[in-house]
Amino acid sequence: MRSEELKVKSFDMNTLSTAAKPIIIALWLSLLFLPFKGFKAAILFFAIFSVLLLSLKFLSPYKKIFAERLQIFSKKIYLLSVNRYPSIVIRSALLLLILTMPFMVRDYFIDVAILVGIYVILALGLNVVVGFTGLLNLGFVAFYAIGAYTYALLNTKFGIGFWSALPFSLVITSVAGFLLAIPALRLRGDYLAIVTLGFGEIARLILNNWDSMTRGPNGISGIAPPEILSISFGKLSHYYYLVFLFVILTLFITRRVYASRIGRAWVAIREDEIAASAMGINTTLYKLYAFAFGTFWAGLAGALFSGKMQFVSPESFTFMESVLILCMVILGGLGSIPGVIFGAFILVLLPEVLREVQLYRMLSLGVGLVLMMIFRPQGLLGGKRVSLRS
Amino acid sequence: MFLQQLINGLTLGSVYALIALGYSMVYGILELINFAHGEIYMLGAYLGIIFLAFFTAVGLTAHNLPLALMLTFVLSIIFCSSYGFTIEKIAYKPLRNAPRLSPLISAIGVSIFLQNYVMLTQGATDKVFPAFFGVAGFQFMSVRMTYLQLFIILSSAVLTIALRLFVRKTRMGKAMRAVAQDKTMASLVGINIDTIISLTFIIGSGLAAVAGLMVAMYYGLVNYSIGYVAGIKAFTAAVLGGIGSIRGAMFGGLLLGLVESLGGSYISGEYKDAYAFVILIIILLVKPGGLFGKADLEKV
Repeated sequence: MRSEELKVKSFDMNTLSTAAKPIIIALWLSLLFLPFKGFKAAILFFAIFSVLLLSLKFLSPYKKIFAERLQIFSKKIYLLSVNRYPSIVIRSALLLLILTMPFMVRDYFIDVAILVGIYVILALGLNVVVGFTGLLNLGFVAFYAIGAYTYALLNTKFGIGFWSALPFSLVITSVAGFLLAIPALRLRGDYLAIVTLGFGEIARLILNNWDSMTRGPNGISGIAPPEILSISFGKLSHYYYLVFLFVILTLFITRRVYASRIGRAWVAIREDEIAASAMGINTTLYKLYAFAFGTFWAGLAGALFSGKMQFVSPESFTFMESVLILCMVILGGLGSIPGVIFGAFILVLLPEVLREVQLYRMLSLGVGLVLMMIFRPQGLLGGKRVSLRS
Repeated sequence: MFLQQLINGLTLGSVYALIALGYSMVYGILELINFAHGEIYMLGAYLGIIFLAFFTAVGLTAHNLPLALMLTFVLSIIFCSSYGFTIEKIAYKPLRNAPRLSPLISAIGVSIFLQNYVMLTQGATDKVFPAFFGVAGFQFMSVRMTYLQLFIILSSAVLTIALRLFVRKTRMGKAMRAVAQDKTMASLVGINIDTIISLTFIIGSGLAAVAGLMVAMYYGLVNYSIGYVAGIKAFTAAVLGGIGSIRGAMFGGLLLGLVESLGGSYISGEYKDAYAFVILIIILLVKPGGLFGKADLEKV
């Protein structure tokens, strides 16, 4: 009697879950959107959601195959970029393309390419903290700002050139990262994230309100671009090469450090902090290294940014900027260097290429973050678990 | 002047306390900083404006103002609770066994989505909340308190006490406390964990909706970005009082409100928003357990 009841019930659940459940979910979701968009949009949402959910339901048997394909694909790309270097032909072709690009395209594209370069440096820096070591830093933009403002202030107040100011930018930023990390690293992961976020906000508030020093929301203008032997890098194509060189430098150094003893310690801390400390790794010290090393690159990117824009204002250093850089790291693949570069490329280029996307960029980034966390936390190009020895 | 700021601070603090309750409850149960909670509060304020506009359009506001306001409150609470419920189901539930940072990043994603969704549909400019209460109030010596301020402080207190009674006295509340203590054990004694977590989100979001509506009435202006700052401040309040504790959230909220309004008038108004962050950082470094919480050891 009882089992019969159960049978009937489970049968009902089955039919419900095959067809009706997606529709009910779609109805529920579109109801939630109702007050903000009105009836027409809600009906449209309902249609979209139900088609989407039903097709997902329909396609679910193929999900596994699809996931496997994606896995293989990402592994291929990963191997291509790390273990087996691409053939010399492809490499030199790519290099040639990058080097000759300024002669072939409009200034606008060079401008975008410079921006991509700066973001690649930033994302590689954040990747050290978030990707390698597994510490969430939500105030990364503060260090970017410190780097940018250090150069801007040194240049406009004391007339110091880019090359003399750059070491200051780098050292001050790293020291700031170090100083924040000393107390903050005693905290657990999520509290650490909130403290770094608070630090970012405080930094922005100071930039906004310390009028005598930073000129507040008006920002600092008239920053000189870098120059070598009295050749100014004010021209876009020159600056492009400069940024390119720095990207190569960043790439080289982060990769070497990642493969070193320190890098392995970072990965060990990320995977299991308690096990790592049991193996004799001084976790606090190595986390400090990660913070200082990661923020170092933020300082470099900041100096390059103010040298390029010749203008800085607090507006460029909001929390959303931190999130954007974090998205680059997560989208490409936490801890995967090629993945991070890919992420920076996509997130800078996409809104530039598709103007309509710009309006919806943050909206879709939010959705993207949730989806990535649920379906592919290792990022588009990240391996399942990146082993250094393979 | 001092007493006046005290009252302003208490008003602000009551609002923070209401939002902080949601953070505190969710953190107590899931150990998750629900980043999207501030956005729920912002949605509550916007929903208030939308429903009131709707009731004005159908003529209910002119006909029967208290009824319209009450309906607005009820509808906003229902919708915000549904948002909270849905967000948990979509963005947090699949990540319950994931590494600790995954749900946090997911929560940031939800927060960005909601902010930009409201910005795209409602515009980036401030929205005006119709002033029904006006500035009517009573005077006591040189101190002035509007009825709205009284209403905010009282309703916040009543809701907090009601929540405390719910958690202390009812069966559901008992289940909630059990889940907060140990999820596995709670499920072994027959508590449905999912239901309890959903309930937590529903209650927390409802309280945030009330807070949002009251702030919209108090300031008269609403912007899509208010959720982020208020969320961080309320989180600070929750941590200040000891996260996971209802009493702590209440006192933390009030304390933060007082610090902000007194600090804003006596120290520097420009850095008003920074106080919360500074307090947060100091509390986390010095006494991570908060004023009323107990320091917890990390479980291996």
